[in-house]
Amino acid sequence: MKVAAHEPPKGSSVTVYIMGKAHEVPAEATIMGAIEYAGQQIIRGAGCREGYCGACGTIYRLQGDYRIRTGLACTTLVEDGMTLAQFPFVPAEKAVYDIEKLQPNVSAIQQTYPVVFRCVACNTCTKSCPQGIQVMDYVQAAKRGDIAAVKDLSFYCVSCGLCMLRCPAEITQPLVATLAKRLYGRHLRKESPELAERVQAVEAGAFDAEYAEMMAMSHEALSERYYARDVE
Amino acid sequence: MYPEYMAESLRRVAATRARRLELARKPEPVYPPMDAGARRAVLEGFHPDFKPDARRPVRVGPNRGETLTTEVAHLLESHSWLHAGQVDLARPDHETDLLIIGGGGAGCNAALVAMQEHGVKSLIATKLRLGDANSMMSEGGMQAAVSRTDSPTRHYLDAIGGGHFENKPELVRALTEDAPKVVKWLEDLGVCWDKDEDGSLHVLHGGGTSRKRMLSCRDHIGAMIMRTLMDEVRNHPDMIDIEGFMPAVELIMDREGRCAGAVLYSLDSGEFYVVRAKATLISTGGFGRLHIRGFDTTNHYGATGDGLVMAYRAGAKLMYMDSVQYHPTGAAFPEQIAGFLITEKVRGAGGQPVNKDGELFVFPREPRDIEASAIIRECVQNGGGIETPSGRTGVWLDAPIIDLLHGEGYTAHHFASIHRQFLRYGIDITKDPMLIYPSLHYQNGGIEINERCETNIPGLYVAGEASGGLHGRNRLMGNSVLDYNVFGQRAGRYAGEYVKNVKLAKLTLDHLASFEQEMIEAGVQSDLVTPILLPSYAPEDVKKRRLVGGGTDGLPGTSVLKNRIYAETRERAPE
Ligand SMILES: Cc1cc2nc3c(=O)[nH]c(=O)nc-3n(C[C@H](O)[C@H](O)[C@H](O)COP(=O)(O)OP(=O)(O)OC[C@H]3O[C@@H](n4cnc5c(N)ncnc54)[C@H](O)[C@@H]3O)c2cc1C
Ligand code: SF4
Ligand code: SF4
Ligand code: FES
Repeated sequence: MKVAAHEPPKGSSVTVYIMGKAHEVPAEATIMGAIEYAGQQIIRGAGCREGYCGACGTIYRLQGDYRIRTGLACTTLVEDGMTLAQFPFVPAEKAVYDIEKLQPNVSAIQQTYPVVFRCVACNTCTKSCPQGIQVMDYVQAAKRGDIAAVKDLSFYCVSCGLCMLRCPAEITQPLVATLAKRLYGRHLRKESPELAERVQAVEAGAFDAEYAEMMAMSHEALSERYYARDVE
Repeated sequence: MYPEYMAESLRRVAATRARRLELARKPEPVYPPMDAGARRAVLEGFHPDFKPDARRPVRVGPNRGETLTTEVAHLLESHSWLHAGQVDLARPDHETDLLIIGGGGAGCNAALVAMQEHGVKSLIATKLRLGDANSMMSEGGMQAAVSRTDSPTRHYLDAIGGGHFENKPELVRALTEDAPKVVKWLEDLGVCWDKDEDGSLHVLHGGGTSRKRMLSCRDHIGAMIMRTLMDEVRNHPDMIDIEGFMPAVELIMDREGRCAGAVLYSLDSGEFYVVRAKATLISTGGFGRLHIRGFDTTNHYGATGDGLVMAYRAGAKLMYMDSVQYHPTGAAFPEQIAGFLITEKVRGAGGQPVNKDGELFVFPREPRDIEASAIIRECVQNGGGIETPSGRTGVWLDAPIIDLLHGEGYTAHHFASIHRQFLRYGIDITKDPMLIYPSLHYQNGGIEINERCETNIPGLYVAGEASGGLHGRNRLMGNSVLDYNVFGQRAGRYAGEYVKNVKLAKLTLDHLASFEQEMIEAGVQSDLVTPILLPSYAPEDVKKRRLVGGGTDGLPGTSVLKNRIYAETRERAPE
């Protein structure tokens, strides 16, 4: 018996094996759609449902193919004969740190995630990244302490954890990516010439009078001012 | 890949592109913008809020008699998961100073500020994982008046005009006045803002802005800010407790009418937990997953308006819950990403909505409600839409024109996420247009607050998309990312201050029985149990075969499947 609990789909369908159990699902479904079509309520394994949050990491194999493949359940389409399991969580210990005190160089990596230096450059992480990120390259950049490069290379990391699941050196890549972005934003950014000024002006009450004036205005007067305002 | 039958229409779009490119290169608008009369006509004729059955009076609770969005009225006239005696309020399972319900952007900001400014400990109870939230998903940007030609008061005027002058002025002042400080605060936590050569913040226009003030982190501002906040929250395990997969289902009050915590529900074990807290913050976000009027949504899985129901039963007043924001450009094809947000910036960069014949039918940058209505009109009245294999309709959003305007590579760089998303389905948006239709996007109103995030219930604070009053009935792009930061921080500040002096009396859930009583007296009959927690996307025949067809089948969320809101709206196609 192939079909789980209910009538087969109306259009064309494929058979997928969700945690080993066969289900007939619509051919154009995403993995997430297929799991739900099979009648399951996802609790762990769905978040944004649009490829941003990394809650839905999935590993699968295709028939007649020895390879283990990886994908996000919300954006990966089913294929006939696919055997899949969701991996919504990968154990990893986040380092606790004070971003103020870390230096934006290799010392930060040494203090927080020294495991990075175990990388054997096998490229498995890059091959398993559903975002198409050059994961190994950012791990290498982290080893060199090139924080800016880690930030740029890992910019679209969704922290799904699939790379760290597969990494033979047990490296926790997405945690390193988050750290690098924070180090960059905190310590390596170019200072904005006008931001501090504006914050000060607000604090000094530079806009108080104008606020008070507008907040006291009648609907009509405010509307008049709004429609008369110049647009840059 | 588009199905074969769309090829002819795609050819027409390509055929008119050169002509439309010429138009786009001229200073004049590519299509005449609507005047006030035309706007009113398209809104009243086609905006989903204006359908005769789109709103109805709510019969119980603090807003009784007021006309609300129909699905919201359904949601509010419903039963609690809890009945008397189910939990022991005298023996709380957990005590904390500040209970934060909802671990999105607003919730994380509040926890950090309560800790930093007052040394106050908090517990973040959230439905899924920390950061599984709309905050993770924003693409476009955040408004803040930081450039020299701009000012916070100008931002005030733009926001209040955008909200048709119905916004609460003190909230708009707080929003716009705090904005520069928030930018700095986030930057110091490590948010990487897009910068110009000289280090100034890179600013762009958004709908309704009179100065360029949209800040960005490429097209991933949501993930950038949210991941930074989550990481910092997790740097303080001794001050901030995080409980995932533990949604709140009901607020707890004390005998003196103060909010005193909440009952949480474990999605793992199905147990209820009592949390006693000196102050409680609702930061549960929006309601896109209610699929109002059958619309697809851009929102995350847990956006089911839970905060509204819990607060309402406890006696909190709602504001502007009669208007819904539909984003004009949600994906209509492929089916797998129906509802997926195509950011407004695509039109900002020159992308044009065109009909099946490749003809323009609307100025591409009308305000959101107008643009959405015009797209619906084109499909429903003018027959200019294309039907998808699954029966949706949509019009084209011509993006290939963007690279023609700005040079090759522009789209791939500036719209990397969308570009990648469509490539997964064999559609290259630098070569072919996207099929789009309005998508349910944002809860304009919510629980009424003041500038200290206080509600009419002492000890109950609200921040972010769950709150009402700030945006009037129409939120401008970029003001809600700012909203959850500004008001998340304010909530932490003022709730942190409040908890220092509060002594709770005996806890009670009596408000639940009173609410039930009020429903009986008003003659309200409903089989709906809320909060909804999670929508269900199981096929209808699966639901029918379940042990408990209409009600609970193990998980609160699963009852939603059968709940009226969903069943009713899904049966008809969106107009
Ligand atoms: C796709 C998309 C793109 C957007 N782009 C922009 C943009 O470019 N600019 C802009 O200004 N705005 C944008 N917005 C809007 C903006 O992102 C949201 O309005 C904002 O992030 C809301 O923040 P929040 O903290 O109030 O709610 P959320 O971030 O949604 O957080 C709410 C949290 O509460 C949890 N929760 C819900 N119910 C319960 C419960 N019962 N118990 C416990 N926890 C619960 C949720 O799971 C979630 O974690 C966008 C929204 C979406 C969906
Ligand atoms: S780098 Fe790793 S965690 Fe990040 S998206 Fe790729 S596979 Fe997922
Ligand atoms: S999988 Fe691990 S060891 Fe291999 S390249 Fe990636 S980080 Fe290095
Ligand atoms: S559910 Fe968020 S990435 Fe798939």
